[in-house]
Amino acid sequence: MKITKIISSMLIMTALFFSGCKPKDADIKASVEEKLKTNMEMPTPAMVNVNDGVVTLSGECKDEACKAKCAELANSAKGVKSVVNNLVIAQAPVVTAPVVVTTDDALTTGVKDAVKDFPTVTAVVNDGIVTLTGEIKRDRLQNLIQSLNTLKPKKIENQLTIK
Amino acid sequence: MALQDKYKQLTDAASAEGISNLQVREQDNVLYIDGEAPTGASKDKLWNLYNQIDPDFKAGDLVMNIDVAAGAGTKATVTTDSSNLNIRKGPGTDQPIVGKAAHNSSVTLLSKTNDQWWLVRTEKGEEGYAYAQYLSPE
Repeated sequence: MKITKIISSMLIMTALFFSGCKPKDADIKASVEEKLKTNMEMPTPAMVNVNDGVVTLSGECKDEACKAKCAELANSAKGVKSVVNNLVIAQAPVVTAPVVVTTDDALTTGVKDAVKDFPTVTAVVNDGIVTLTGEIKRDRLQNLIQSLNTLKPKKIENQLTIK
Repeated sequence: MALQDKYKQLTDAASAEGISNLQVREQDNVLYIDGEAPTGASKDKLWNLYNQIDPDFKAGDLVMNIDVAAGAGTKATVTTDSSNLNIRKGPGTDQPIVGKAAHNSSVTLLSKTNDQWWLVRTEKGEEGYAYAQYLSPE
């Protein structure tokens, strides 16, 4: 009788001892975060939430491989029961090519052709910028500006007096 | 972004007109709009709009390079003010004149050397380079 009591109380204590050892959610979270740091492909750290040992990952990942790697790392952390992988694949940013400005030599040749029929207009090219001085009739302005725009200058400084 | 707002009406119109390869880029306080218009009328529409937003093109904050889609064999009208259009041996005003295309006459596009110079054939059969600004694809 006495022995049974002792054994049962020992069992209860053992159970209590082990449940006390069970990692807390906060510790699991810290451990998962630590593991995830080893995944260098993450653009920004994933958000980690832990509830009764169930880890939920959210945030952005570079690709599917990176997403799988994160889940694997989270799973390897101590005390993790399961992983809910809510990571999303980041959309690639739209890459636009920089504007290519015509070199001054090519621009000067082109500008010379463009202003040939406009004797009252003077055009100077410097560092991709075409500066127009002199005078022009309003009804011919668009014609000149259009042809200068096709030359791919950096900028057109229109200082023309418009008649 | 301010420039894209200023010319939003223009870029919206460019999309609506079906400008292909449309690119709108802002760099060093200049907006660059590039693309290819399906017709000369679409291009004219955009230029008129540009002139409305920036009267007399004084602001110097937009470079708009809109080409008109035109393949070899396309007919183009000579849109000089009143004079004949010089047909030259090579692409450049320093090249010798080999022929003339009359104002309002029609030429056949053979190839586009660049955005400025097109190789054309006149109604009289003369072949040479003409300044594209004075040609409107039909």
